[in-house]
Parts: sequence; C-alpha cells; structure tokens
Amino acid sequence: MATTADTFQAHPDEHFDHDADHKPGFFARWFMSTNHKDIGTLYLLFAVFAGIVGGAISGIMRMELQEPGIQYLGWWVEFIGGGPSDFDKAGHMWNVLITAHGLIMVFFMVMPAMIGGFGNWFVPLMIGAPDMAFPRMNNVSFWLTAAGFVSLMISAFVPGGTGLGAGTGWTVYAPLSTSGSVGPAVDFAIFSLHLAGAGSILGATNFITTIFNMRAPGMTLHKMPLFVWSVLVTAFLLLLSLPVLAAAITMLITDRNFGTTFFDPAGGGDPVLYQHLFWFFGHPEVYIMILPGFGIISQIVATFSRKPVFGYLGMAYAMVAIGVIGFVVWAHHMYTTGLDVNTKMYFTAATMVIAVPTGIKIFSWIATMWGGSLEFKSPLVWALGFIFLFTVGGVTGVVLANGGVDDNLHDTYYVVAHFHYVLSMGAVFSIFAGLYYWFPKMTGRWHSELLAHIHFWLFFIGVNVIFFPMHFLGMNGMARRYPDYTPAFAYWNEIASIGYWIMAASMVVFFVNVTWAFLAGRRAEGNYWGAGATTLEWSLSSPPPFHQFSTLPVIEDHHSHHNHIGGRPSGPAAAH
Amino acid sequence: MAGATNHEYHILPPDIWPIVGSLSALTFTSGMVLFMHDMAGGHAVLGLGMAGLIATFYSWFSNIVKEAQTGHHTPVVQLHLRYGMILFIASEVMFFVGWFWSWFDFALFPSELSEVIGGVWPPAGIEAVIDPFALPLLNTLILLCSGTTVTWAHHSLIHGDREGLKTGLWLTIALGVLFSAIQAYEYAHAPFEFGQNTYSSAFYMATGFHGFHVLVGTIFLIVCLRRAYLGHFTPRQHFGFEAAAWYWHFVDVVWLFLFITVYVWGGWGAEYH
Repeated sequence: MATTADTFQAHPDEHFDHDADHKPGFFARWFMSTNHKDIGTLYLLFAVFAGIVGGAISGIMRMELQEPGIQYLGWWVEFIGGGPSDFDKAGHMWNVLITAHGLIMVFFMVMPAMIGGFGNWFVPLMIGAPDMAFPRMNNVSFWLTAAGFVSLMISAFVPGGTGLGAGTGWTVYAPLSTSGSVGPAVDFAIFSLHLAGAGSILGATNFITTIFNMRAPGMTLHKMPLFVWSVLVTAFLLLLSLPVLAAAITMLITDRNFGTTFFDPAGGGDPVLYQHLFWFFGHPEVYIMILPGFGIISQIVATFSRKPVFGYLGMAYAMVAIGVIGFVVWAHHMYTTGLDVNTKMYFTAATMVIAVPTGIKIFSWIATMWGGSLEFKSPLVWALGFIFLFTVGGVTGVVLANGGVDDNLHDTYYVVAHFHYVLSMGAVFSIFAGLYYWFPKMTGRWHSELLAHIHFWLFFIGVNVIFFPMHFLGMNGMARRYPDYTPAFAYWNEIASIGYWIMAASMVVFFVNVTWAFLAGRRAEGNYWGAGATTLEWSLSSPPPFHQFSTLPVIEDHHSHHNHIGGRPSGPAAAH
Repeated sequence: MAGATNHEYHILPPDIWPIVGSLSALTFTSGMVLFMHDMAGGHAVLGLGMAGLIATFYSWFSNIVKEAQTGHHTPVVQLHLRYGMILFIASEVMFFVGWFWSWFDFALFPSELSEVIGGVWPPAGIEAVIDPFALPLLNTLILLCSGTTVTWAHHSLIHGDREGLKTGLWLTIALGVLFSAIQAYEYAHAPFEFGQNTYSSAFYMATGFHGFHVLVGTIFLIVCLRRAYLGHFTPRQHFGFEAAAWYWHFVDVVWLFLFITVYVWGGWGAEYH
C-alpha cells in the first residue's frame, strides 16, 4: 500500500512556529531565492509566460494553414524586422516559427512547469523535507533556464541565413543547422539549449540528491508517493541524456564556426551521426516530458477515487522500466535515414516493448478508479481526459513504431498528430490537472470549479478538433513543416484551425479563473480534497509556511497505526 | 535563519550569485556568438561574461568553504555533497560518451565518399599521427602517477599527517601542470591541424575537452592545497578534498580511454610522427 504516507504524526509545535513564516524582502525573495516553493512558483510563472509565447506562435501557424497559399508569413517577416518579404523569406519565417514553437514548448513550458514547478513545490513536501538538498543550485537552475529563453528570443531577431531567426526545427539537424544557416541566429539558439540544459542537469542532480537523502524518517523508497518516483526517474533521464545533447550541439557550434567536420560529408562527417546523438537525448526527453505527468495523474486518480493507487510497486517500476528502455529506442526517429533493415527490426521491437509498462500504468489507473467512490472534481476530469487522449497518442505511437509503416508516415501530419496527442494532450492535460489539484495548496485561494470544468471541456474539444484531423491529413500524405499545401488538404486544415480558436477561448477561461481566484477566491484549508488526499503536503496549511517541517514528520508503519491524516481512515484499502 | 529547526539540513539565506552567474553565462554565450561572427563588441562581451562567471564561481565556492568551516556541513549535508559530486561526474561521463561516440563512428565506418578520408582510418588525408608510445604514453604515466600521489595525500590526511597531505598535493598539482604542458607541446607539434576532417576534428575536440577538465581538476586541487595550508580539513571531515580527488580520478580514467582508443587504436597502422 502506499503511494501515500501511511501514517503521519505531526508534531504539535509545528503549526505554531511563526518564525518559519518569516519571508525576505521582495528582491531577495524573488531574485535571490533559496526557497523551493518560491523557486517552484517562479518556474510556474515562467512556464505560463513561455506557454503564452509558444501558444501564440502556434496560433500564427494555424492561421497560416487555415487555407492553402501563403497568407500571413510576409507580414511576420516584416514585423520582426526582416525587411521586404519574398517567397524564400516567408518560407524561412515558417521554419523559424515551427522551431521556436517546438523549443519553447519542450524546454521552456513543459519541462519548467512539470519538473521545475511541480517538482520543486511538491517533491520536498511529499517526502517530508524542509527544502531541496541544494537550495542555491536550485535557483541557478531556474535562472539558467530563463537565460536560455532570452538567448532563444534574441535568435529570432538576428540573421539566420535566408532571413531572421533560427529555422532549423527543434531538432537542429545538420546540415540545415550548419552550412544551411549561416548567421548568428542558430548559434544563439544552440547556446539557448546549452544554458537551459545546464540548468536542467543541475536540477536533476538536486532532485536525485533530495529524494535519496531527505526523505522523512520512515519514508522508505517503497512508500514514496508516485509523483516523487516519477521525478526521480525523470531526473536520471535528464542527468544521463542531456550531456550527450550538449556534446552534439557543441559539435554543431564547432562545425559552424571553427572548421570541424563532424557532420560535413566533405570532411568525412555524417549528418546521420548528429541524428543519432540528438535522439539519444531526444527520446529520453519525450519521457522526461511525460513521466512527471504520470506521477501527477497517479496522485489525482488515487485522491478522487479515495483509494491508494492500484498496483503501487508495479506503477513505480513501470516508470523505471520506461526510463531504462527509453534509452535504447532512439533510432525509431530515424527510420528513413537509410538504417540497416536489421537495425530497424531491433528498434521496432524495442520500441513496442515500451507499450508494456505504459499499458501497466493505464490499466492500473483504471483499476484504481474501479469500485472507488469517484468525485468528479476538476483535477480528476483533466486526469480522465489525460488517460483517454494519452492512450490515443500511445496507440498511434505503436503504429509509428513499425519501421515499415513509418517509411510512409515519417514527416507527415500523422506524426504531428501522434506527438501532440501525447504532449499537448498528455503532458499539458497533466499540467492542468496538477494545477487545479494544487492551485489552492500553492496560493491558499480557491479557483472556480465551474470555470475549471468549462476550461476542460473547451480545451478538450479544441485540441481534439485541431489534432484529430491531422491523422487523416498525414495518412493522405500531407508533409509536415511546410506553410503551404495542395487544396486537397484544405478541408481538414480549416477544421483544425477552427479548433485552435476553441482551444484559445478555453485559455481565456483559464486566465479569468486564475484572476478570479486571486481577487475573490475563498480561502483554502489545509486538506481541501478530504480523505482521499493522503500525501504529506495535505498535512500543511494552504499555502504552506515559508519553511515547513522544521521538525521532521515521522511516517510510521501502517501496521501499528490507523489514524491517517485528519484522523479518518483512507478508505477500504486501509483494512487490507 | 528563520526559526528554530530540529533537523540537520542546511537552510540557506537568499543569495545573489545564482542570478549573477546565470546572467554571466548568457553574456558569455552571447559574446561567443559575437566573437564567432566577428561582430562588434565580441571580445568585450565575452570578457565581461567570463569575468562574471569567474566571480560567481569564486564567490560561490568561497561561501561553501566558509559554511563548511562554520559547521553547516552536518553529516547529512556532507552526504548531499557526495551524491551531488557523484551525479555531476556521471553527467560528465555522458558528455564524453558523446565525443567517443563520434570518434568510434568515424573510426569504424570511415567515409568512402570523402576524398580526405578515402574509406580508411586513419584517413587518407592524415599523413602521420602522433606516436602514442612517445609523449602520450609519458602523459599516461604522469596521470597514473598523479593518481597515486593524490591517494598519498588522502591517506596522509586520514592519518593526520598534514605535511604528507601538502607534499602529496604539491606533487599531484605539479604532475597535472606537467601533463597540460606536454599536451600543449603535443598540440603545437602535431602533424595535423585542427578541423578539416573527422580525424582531427574528433581528436582535438575529445582530447581538448579532456585537457580542459585537467585544468579544472588542477584548479580544484590548488584550492585544496590552499585550504590545507589554511588548516582546513580534518581526518574525519574533508569532503572538499575527496571531491577534488574523485574528479581527478575521473579525468585520469577518461585519459586512459582516450589513450587506448584515440591514440593507440585510432592511429593504428598509420605513420608515426
């Protein structure tokens, strides 16, 4: 039993320690922070900001794709200062937009929100720790991420080759990123990844150390909440995959500027080597973006089913398995580069193996809800949306895992549909689920549950209208990464673009909800979700004191005690 | 620090260096871009970023040393530092995996399309390679020897022999500097230039990043020597020294792989310079 701390004995003096709530002044608090909750807040605000930028860029893309021909790109070329537009510059502008959208959403929205935001906020709380192991390093992780974002923004306004900005795609493939893009923009974009990557490596070190060393007495690894497990596995993936990316993009820098030939065939180099190095990082990266989401969903499903999660150990080790196997499947992103057929067979088989632990997770969430007393609060609704839509994305992933099938679908909108089902419906749904789950905990104020549900339904309809037609477009051969297309694809593209505006409207509801919560939201108590919420953050006030757990909580073995938080038994599972 | 705490973790006050260091890193990378594209102000911006980074590292590590000397590094905090260092080295190992990956790719599958490679390794365009059994072997012995002297320093420290600690560290640093000097000499007299083909690209970048790590490791050891003279470190608590020693051994091991796979195996069959 135990996604949750079984029995928690709060020390009576804990809640009366007013010194623990002494906060530094504004500048020191937000620019020099060594507090995991404040740094988590900074990460979340940063992710919201980057998400607005990245989401606005996808709006430009959907507007452009709403009908065949090139409509708006010329205007954007002139807007960012690229002078009079022409066909080449407009095409380059498109490349810049898709590059920025991808990099921003991956590195500056999903990762900061999940790992930096929720990870920072709730890993220490859930393991009963007063803070992270390395509070200063925690802060430098955040500011390096912000510095990376600034570097990427600079890149959009300096020459990149055909026009302003880095138009390489988020994968920064050579030779487009080397001989194909002279000009400083691509260097700024590459250094943006260096900076953000350094921040993530330091953050990963911090999380692993915190989770291994700072668990409260009695909190064994096998009693750790699944969200903490998910961040632990994610941190290992970051730690071991990002340095390989750092080496690869450093090779890009030296190929571009110092005459090396790592990826230049004239000097014996090989652009496919870059793809290997990139995807050795890039594939673990997609699990980096979804594993914390898995963790959030596990907490939420258990809370609103009022049951411990089904198959706790299986859930934890499924994530470990996904992490391990995630390192040996990378070339399934490269089926059309001329890989040997045996290599393709291996990568096809290895990729499909990942469906097994993933299936364990999906079925265990369903089994958790089975027979539970479900409460359809907004976090659970988002979590259900996650489980459904992530499964859709997972199933198309199994299709794409086949090397032979992928020969036809590679670089079509089928792939775009697939990875948006797992990301902008998987990862993003889990972020919103986590946000509604923990928003009152973090701010002390209630959001509107009604608006949260409206937000969910509009967003659910919107993203499905955007991305489901892309399956059809892709299977009919529409290639990704082009601003124009044959009129045969016009119908579903127009539908998809309408979906964008539904999604955008839902975000207005979201921001209204957040604003309303701060202005008029009623105060949230410590454990506002009730008996189903059993992890340690629910033993604290909302928001928690500036420094919590000055006296460490003690997690006792549930065989000897049955008084759970709030003195109520946590459902039928307590009586194994 | 706020309130009375009943735990042994290190709750830190707010600190300016994380944001200064990050802005310095951004300034440094931006200066690099300006420098690489011969744009105005490149050197100045690069220099400013470098200065900011050096100031950050100096102040940050000074603060850590001060905290260590004033009793903030409780046993559990020391354990944090151990984990942190092990994980940092693990990430460094993966960084070198990237460079070795490209080396093995080029050496095992030499390009048949490229005239300068000609389907052979070392490539047709490389007339001679550095004789691995001359200076590189000497450097291997120097680094292995430095591994023993740093262990000598460590055992002296454990047994309370501070003179032995200093002597061992002096010798290790001297060997490290000697290694770097020989490496610089070797670069200056190498029979092939930087870049132009995969051999010299991967050779210089892999050995160059190793050389950079030797410099960092040497600075780390110099800091430890300085601390030894200041009377820091006790036989029971000296993680700063141990971290430097771990890092030094890591640098040593990377060199052994470089020596075997790049210098000996990678140059096999070619004419020695």
